[in-house]
Amino acid sequence: MAISKKEVEHVALLARLALSEEEKEKFTKQLSQVLDHAEKIKKLDTSNVFPTSHVIPLRNVFREDKAKPSFSEEKALSNAPEKENQAFKVPKIV
Amino acid sequence: MLRFAANCLLLTSGEYLGLIESVRCESLELYKLTAHHLNKMLVSREISAVEICQSVFSRIKKVEEKVKSYITLIEERAFKEAKAVDKKIKNGEEISPLAGIPIAIKDVICTKGVLTTCGSKILSNFIPQYNATVIERLLRENIVMIGKTNMDEFAMGSSTENSSFFPTKNPWDLGRVPGGSSGGSAAAIAADEAIISLGSDTGGSIRQPAALCGVVGLKPTYGLVSRYGLVAFASSLDQIGPITKDVTDCALLLNYIVGYDPCDSTSLNYQPPNYLEALKDEIKGIKIGMLKELIGEGIEEGVKVNFKKSLSLLERLGAIIEETTLPHSDYALSAYYIIAPAEASSNLARYDGVRYGFRTSQKVEDMVEMYMKTRGEGFGDEVKRRIMLGTYALSAGYYEAYYGQAQKVRTLIVEDFKKAFEKYDVLVSPTSPTVAFKIGEKYDNPLAMYMSDICTIPVNLAGLPAISVPCGLSHGLPVGLQIIGPAFGEEIILRVAYAFEQAFGFKEKPTL
Repeated sequence: MAISKKEVEHVALLARLALSEEEKEKFTKQLSQVLDHAEKIKKLDTSNVFPTSHVIPLRNVFREDKAKPSFSEEKALSNAPEKENQAFKVPKIV
Repeated sequence: MLRFAANCLLLTSGEYLGLIESVRCESLELYKLTAHHLNKMLVSREISAVEICQSVFSRIKKVEEKVKSYITLIEERAFKEAKAVDKKIKNGEEISPLAGIPIAIKDVICTKGVLTTCGSKILSNFIPQYNATVIERLLRENIVMIGKTNMDEFAMGSSTENSSFFPTKNPWDLGRVPGGSSGGSAAAIAADEAIISLGSDTGGSIRQPAALCGVVGLKPTYGLVSRYGLVAFASSLDQIGPITKDVTDCALLLNYIVGYDPCDSTSLNYQPPNYLEALKDEIKGIKIGMLKELIGEGIEEGVKVNFKKSLSLLERLGAIIEETTLPHSDYALSAYYIIAPAEASSNLARYDGVRYGFRTSQKVEDMVEMYMKTRGEGFGDEVKRRIMLGTYALSAGYYEAYYGQAQKVRTLIVEDFKKAFEKYDVLVSPTSPTVAFKIGEKYDNPLAMYMSDICTIPVNLAGLPAISVPCGLSHGLPVGLQIIGPAFGEEIILRVAYAFEQAFGFKEKPTL
């Protein structure tokens, strides 16, 4: 197995995903299969190869730092699961 | 009916009634036609935009229950838009070639005031406050938006089975998948439930379903079409593109979605040509490279047979075909399934139950618990798998071995293509290694499902344009021919696709 159940639990916490026991078992197996397949790329010698993160040679794209019209509070909050006093409402943080 | 009466004066009354009946049937079957055909009829005032709309919606009412292409239909709004087009025509105003044409939009593209779910429970109540740039552009042409199509959740999948709502069926065989992730858009076109449609393609999500449904699908060069308002999956790979009934409609729709957009910093300042002018029925002397790695192991016999026949046809049309190679294509799938999930794990961090979308209704003690439960309940299996895979590949200790290495492999693939295009005008392969597979067949075997994109993925990694055109049937199911071009080579791939389409004459339709 390329990945253990313990690692799956750790990654799920990093990714903020609550998983059931059943999901943990299933994903441990399935992710291992995919990672085993991905092992293939490790065998390639790429010591002289530059990584590609983007295919088009764009440098930093700037625009003028000018305020433009934006959403009203009402619009910005229109999809919020919970709101109060023109703000998104969330469970307690501290 | 009056306008037909004049032509009927020389007929007996029986013949006359028969003709009226056939005319009526014909007007009911406008849904079968292409956008460029309907535009001519609109301009000559043979038909109205409302009649087109009626025809398409009556078709939807007849077959949608079987195919399930749509998550949302917006009939009332569509008729309003169609009426506005008719008014323009009546007033003698000039109309756009897309005016009054019913279009289906993949539910990953934001539409102001219209539910946009991405096929996910986590966005099941999301109503965008703005339009994607492509939508703004198309509405300016008075296109008629008729609905939002089903898809694999967040465009992750190759069968549309990963939709949180329901699977879409392949119109050619309702027991089979339409491909994915733009399965709803491709099925809607194949079943004549829309005239044209938009999909999005990250690893093959336009081309593979187009192939499996027997329609045309094009993924543009990365940066050609604005991604503003396209819900992000893997930002360095995603592109929006057309899925249509023929190559002409594909070029037509492409004309209106391309172009620089200041809202998308990766969109390119490039002056696009008129793609319709590229459609020349002539490809004599064009050099075509056949990618040998993409017709080897894992490609179904029926696909191979049709692919080889297509090559012979292209040769008869005067193209020069040689075998060529993409030496690193064997590594493309592995690299993709590191890069795309890595980008996805970061892009999908925004679904946290705070600003929009679903939030858990379970009792929670704090924020972290709210995030975890919301995301645990809101995402489906495939999305969770990819988020996990991406998070793992980016995590401390694994970054270099997986993500860093995958990006280097990406460079090798980009260079492979560059070399091939030094010698050839276009490259060809089958679009999908198989025809449409059975619903459920690969659902719980991620790796087998990932193999569906083996021919399309290298193209996304290199940011190139490619089109899939129908090239025959295998056991009654469509096979697609993929034509790949160099960056900004949309004209040449459209030209080859058009010449092929004209010569091949794929006329089969699914029976529904």
